[in-house]
Amino acid sequence: MKRRDFIRMAALSGGILIPFGRDAWAASMPDAGPTQRKLIIIMLRGAVDGLSVVAPYGDSEYYRLRPTIAVPRPGQENGALDLDGYFGLNPSLASLQPLWQQGKLAFVHASGSPDITRSHFDAQDYLESGTPGRKGTQDGWMNRLLGQLPGPVTPTRAVSIGPLMPRILSGRIEASNIASGAAGSRPTLLDRPQVGKAFDQLYQGDDKYSKTFQQAQETHKEVMSSMDDEMQAANGGAPLPNGFPDDAGRLAHLMRNDPNVQFAFLALGGWDTHANQGSVKGQLAGHLTPLGTGLASLAQQLGSMFDDTTIVVMSEFGRTVKQNGNNGTDHGHGNVMWVLGGSVNGGKVYADWQGLDVGHLYEGRDVPVTTDFRWVLAQIAERHLRMPDARLQQVFPNLSGRSPNFNLLRA
Amino acid sequence: MNWQSRLIVATMAMFCISMAGAAELSEEQRALHVLNRLGYGPRPGDVEHVVAIGVDHYIELQLNPEKIRLPNGLLDRLDTLTSQDMSTGDLLAEYIAANKAAKNGDEVAKDKRKETFKLIAEQTAEARLARAINSPAQLEEVMVDFWFNHFNVFEGKGQDRAYISSYERDAIRPYVLGHFRDMLGATAKHPAMLFYLDNWLSVAPGFQAPGGKNANQQVNGLNENYAREVMELHTLGVDGGYTQRDVTELARMLTGWTFDPREMVKGGATFRFAPRRHDNGDKDWLGKHIGPRGQAEGEWALDILAMHPATAHHISYQLAQYFVSDVPPPALVDKLAKRFLDTQGDIREVLRTLFASPEFWNSAQQGSKFKTPYQYVVSSARATGMTVANIRPLLGILRQLGMPLYGCQTPDGYKNTEDAWLNPDALTRRINFATALASGKLPITRNPDDDTGMAVSKEQAVKVAQAEAVDAQLLLITLGTSISSRTRETIGKNPPALQAAMVLGSPDFMRH
Repeated sequence: MKRRDFIRMAALSGGILIPFGRDAWAASMPDAGPTQRKLIIIMLRGAVDGLSVVAPYGDSEYYRLRPTIAVPRPGQENGALDLDGYFGLNPSLASLQPLWQQGKLAFVHASGSPDITRSHFDAQDYLESGTPGRKGTQDGWMNRLLGQLPGPVTPTRAVSIGPLMPRILSGRIEASNIASGAAGSRPTLLDRPQVGKAFDQLYQGDDKYSKTFQQAQETHKEVMSSMDDEMQAANGGAPLPNGFPDDAGRLAHLMRNDPNVQFAFLALGGWDTHANQGSVKGQLAGHLTPLGTGLASLAQQLGSMFDDTTIVVMSEFGRTVKQNGNNGTDHGHGNVMWVLGGSVNGGKVYADWQGLDVGHLYEGRDVPVTTDFRWVLAQIAERHLRMPDARLQQVFPNLSGRSPNFNLLRA
Repeated sequence: MNWQSRLIVATMAMFCISMAGAAELSEEQRALHVLNRLGYGPRPGDVEHVVAIGVDHYIELQLNPEKIRLPNGLLDRLDTLTSQDMSTGDLLAEYIAANKAAKNGDEVAKDKRKETFKLIAEQTAEARLARAINSPAQLEEVMVDFWFNHFNVFEGKGQDRAYISSYERDAIRPYVLGHFRDMLGATAKHPAMLFYLDNWLSVAPGFQAPGGKNANQQVNGLNENYAREVMELHTLGVDGGYTQRDVTELARMLTGWTFDPREMVKGGATFRFAPRRHDNGDKDWLGKHIGPRGQAEGEWALDILAMHPATAHHISYQLAQYFVSDVPPPALVDKLAKRFLDTQGDIREVLRTLFASPEFWNSAQQGSKFKTPYQYVVSSARATGMTVANIRPLLGILRQLGMPLYGCQTPDGYKNTEDAWLNPDALTRRINFATALASGKLPITRNPDDDTGMAVSKEQAVKVAQAEAVDAQLLLITLGTSISSRTRETIGKNPPALQAAMVLGSPDFMRH
């Protein structure tokens, strides 16, 4: 019997947790199953302007440095939605207000990577590898984190939505990707028995292509069986308009019906607003609105599962505090991380916040990074996913400094 | 297996690899390798043709595409793509007119605008794909894709919808085997790039646009977008040793590099240096000092960037990665970088060195690269030898595979490594595409404009499909030794109707 078959059988034997080897510690976990606690990472590629997401309206420098693109103060026309008397939420994210009020949404401002690069591509790489400044890292931190958690590895335990396998999920533990849009759950020519059989023969080896093919087939079957008739009927077989709210809805459906799904990843582009970024309307707001709607509906559609879910929205770096010559912003440093979930200590903006006085800005131009993004993720790994502290170095090697003095999650 | 037998197996494996590296390639294998790497794989009869004229001669011809005559069929088809001959100014005029009509107009005008944009986009894509599939100057087409990707602009950003075809035609295609500095300059000054990376808006601090209160509020300071990417992506590389200060200083030197849409529409000028917008202060950049010299500052900066050792290394690495291996041998990269500097960035000479290198011919590298979606799709169409009258199914699969043509949003372009493209969804989709293509289910050979929309009977549909189904035996002959005997054996055991699909969907055809 292949190792994977053994694991599959173990998984099928009634949802009983069978601890083996190094994962024996997990037997003491009170949870019903090893995949009960979920993690969803949403990455905004292109560097979203965090100061327009959670605006420090209480700092007059904010308005002085951004005369045409600042989010107006609460109470003014199209003003920020007040969060805590100092920070305000971009009104295009109004759909997230209920989660904030329920204490299920928090922000960590002035957070990010300690590496100083302003290259999108290096910075995204570091955010995904979890090793800022080190380019040689082969795998992604989500993959390493999964390797530290107990329970069987199934093809859909970690899934990415989209045509590419992101760096963050690459590595030793197998992870799958599912097409964005309705195509991900539609039957294909490969589902015809004769066609499937023919390609099974071509891809039965132990090489990388064969393994990828076998994994694809298993994932596809699992996704197909989790998408019930109702869902298929609702789509009418036609592709829905693409976009985040749709994919978020589909992800929620998949997670509810396939308890094996524990980690999910989605990336959204279009945040590199060097010109005409707008404030509460315009380019950036146009991207924020569907993101907010999608997140709110994801939370809602997950139902009670949201209590066991943590969602993190992050981006490679922030943007310059001062607007540039074209009503836009250039590449900066510190940004804001969004954390949503049933066990989030929400309704708070966490930050070691220095203000926007030029003397406190990184290189005189950017919000400094006062909270390493890895410490935020480490708290989620430890407090939400219950990974023992001792394993943290496996996920984030060389993570130094100190854990922030706040608890993002209720233990 | 005990450790001793493991060791024996490992030793044998290493032996095999080193043997493979040293193995002599047959002429057919050499021909296949150049068809695969210098182009998009063989069409029916190509291998025999290359063997007949000699592999070395074929390479020399590919390096001199001006000596290759394009077939009349291709030329005729390109002639029908009327937007491809339009000047940048005329394209912009059309773009502006369509936008204006849609803004003030009804649904009809809005649909018209959509059609106008779609026509330019589809004709540009059609010209590109028709050449990639049918042009005998394959290396030229490979280099057009390589350099477009290197100097990527995104078709979907505003005015770039109008500029995409002239960008490729005027700023990329003429220089793909020429001097790097010429292409760097042409892209820097093309409105597609000026617009995409915002340099057209970048002005000296304190610049006041004419027009007083009604002045363009959008233009009142520096924008460092292009200045950063030109160093990070186009020339030095991210580890090329520049700082944030260098980015800002270069942005200052490039202030005033812009275009004037009105002038472009009226007189055709696609680039303008606007002295009033230029920052006339002194600059310190990459350890050098330069006083105010207007447009010459930017030209000087591009000169330095084009011939910088870091640029030579960066470009050489990318070429070696594309043509040889995902992890290119450092010695090869060094050799190419030296050639780059010795020849003042002559791309043809760098490639000549590359194609003559033992690294390129190492038999371990034959068929070692996982095809990008673009390479996979184009090579499928070529191998079948079918006439692609309708490119929409090809554009669709490229989109589904995450590599829409002209649709890369970010300036870094698409990667060409296995890590980037091999994943479960991708493999499933490629196989489904192969199956649909091989069985004649894709409406690829029918001109979309000929479609009457009339329903055909099931019997008729089956007939059409059968007529268009790909012949597996011909396909296997075309692809020669790139399909292994083991794969051939497996395919042979399956029903004939599935065999062509299995060839195109085989692991062997996923790589080149």
